[in-house]
Amino acid sequence: MAENDFARHRLHSLLGVVPVGLFLVVHLTVNFQATKGPGAFNQAASFMENLPYLLFLEIVLIYLPILFHAIYGIYIAFTAKNNVRNFGFFRNWMFLLQRLSGLFLVVFLAWHVWETRVAMALGTPLNYEMMAHILSNPWIIAFYIIGILSAVFHFSNGLWSFCVHWGLLVSPRAQRIGTYVSLIIFLLLGYVGISALFAFIA
Amino acid sequence: MSEAKTVKTVRLIITRQDGPDATPYIESFDVPYRPNMNVISALMAIRRHPVNSKGEQTSPPQWEMNCLEEVCGACSMVINGRPRQACTALIDKLEKPVRLAPMGTFPIVRDLVVDRTRMFNALKKVKAWIPIDGTYDLGPGPRMAESKRQWAYELAKCMTCGVCLEACPNVNSKSSFIGPAPLSQVRLFNAHPTGAMNKAERLRAIMGKGGIEGCGNSQNCVEVCPKGIPLTTSIASLNRATMAQSFRDFFGSDNQ
Repeated sequence: MAENDFARHRLHSLLGVVPVGLFLVVHLTVNFQATKGPGAFNQAASFMENLPYLLFLEIVLIYLPILFHAIYGIYIAFTAKNNVRNFGFFRNWMFLLQRLSGLFLVVFLAWHVWETRVAMALGTPLNYEMMAHILSNPWIIAFYIIGILSAVFHFSNGLWSFCVHWGLLVSPRAQRIGTYVSLIIFLLLGYVGISALFAFIA
Repeated sequence: MSEAKTVKTVRLIITRQDGPDATPYIESFDVPYRPNMNVISALMAIRRHPVNSKGEQTSPPQWEMNCLEEVCGACSMVINGRPRQACTALIDKLEKPVRLAPMGTFPIVRDLVVDRTRMFNALKKVKAWIPIDGTYDLGPGPRMAESKRQWAYELAKCMTCGVCLEACPNVNSKSSFIGPAPLSQVRLFNAHPTGAMNKAERLRAIMGKGGIEGCGNSQNCVEVCPKGIPLTTSIASLNRATMAQSFRDFFGSDNQ
């Protein structure tokens, strides 16, 4: 892991935004269709399902980038020695939460993909009914709320880190405004994700 | 003074260690209070009278010090959970009891004495100097703009004290990250008009093992730096410079 750590780290940062972060936005937007009723969601979902060479798109734009991001991310998370107790600064908390949310997402996404994409491959049709069924259990609802908020947090805070790591946000002022922007993204996407979730429960 | 009077004392709780591989232990001391005393003068009082708070004779705790005006960095230690210099830690302003511990990020030599060699090795690794030595006079170098000199001077205040490394969650035994201080020196020497001639060498050094990618932006360094050095601005600016360098190296013609 020595020679190309720099390139690998920057790639990890980039992949988190493009394509993984971008996919999260598309995914939550498709989910949000559920707030207009089961029909609208099924239509949006079937549009995604009927994209040409879907499996290729899934592998190249979703599975491989996420796997790399997750595995390298676990390595990064476990090389840190967190110290928010002595150094309770805002950015240090974000540093810790980024790692905790990432680790939680590895578990959540494995479960989520198993329940939906793998189930679909095994024959359960992917539609409004499927999600309504999954979300009939209150524990699963809680699990999904934490999962969605973790994903949205990890993306918005990660977008800020990406901008710093790639040298876009340099001055303290730019970094501060970047933090506000990431907070707004968190709130907006969080609203989209959570309201979509509750559209499957009602 | 035959009459015994009650003297106001300050309690110091010190994390001690008899040698590099010895097991750490805690020992507390009650030091007679004097106005305006700092952690160094409290440690000196213990050295004069090395008796712990249980009344037992003990060895005086060891520490390092030099300038006593917060410019050398030698007396850095963890005081009440925060790494800082003992010389500017005034007892009157500290929460009591005062807890002293060595900066555990570094190998501990004895008691509060740590070995900061890794920082000096990091400065060598990133070539934190300007190579002008030669066999003939190179003449005057290019001038530096005053506006640039002003911020570069702030970076020059680094005293390699190790406080930023101690506060950084990514500088630890599991990682090879060199820490914020040597990175900021790369920005300093790359800002210098003569130093800039070797800019790419320094940038490539921090794109290697233990380099800038180790920064996870917890930004503790800039909060704790005793000299107020804008460490995170330095790192962010080097993020930009290393990205540009990596693009130049990969797509450009500098090395062809």
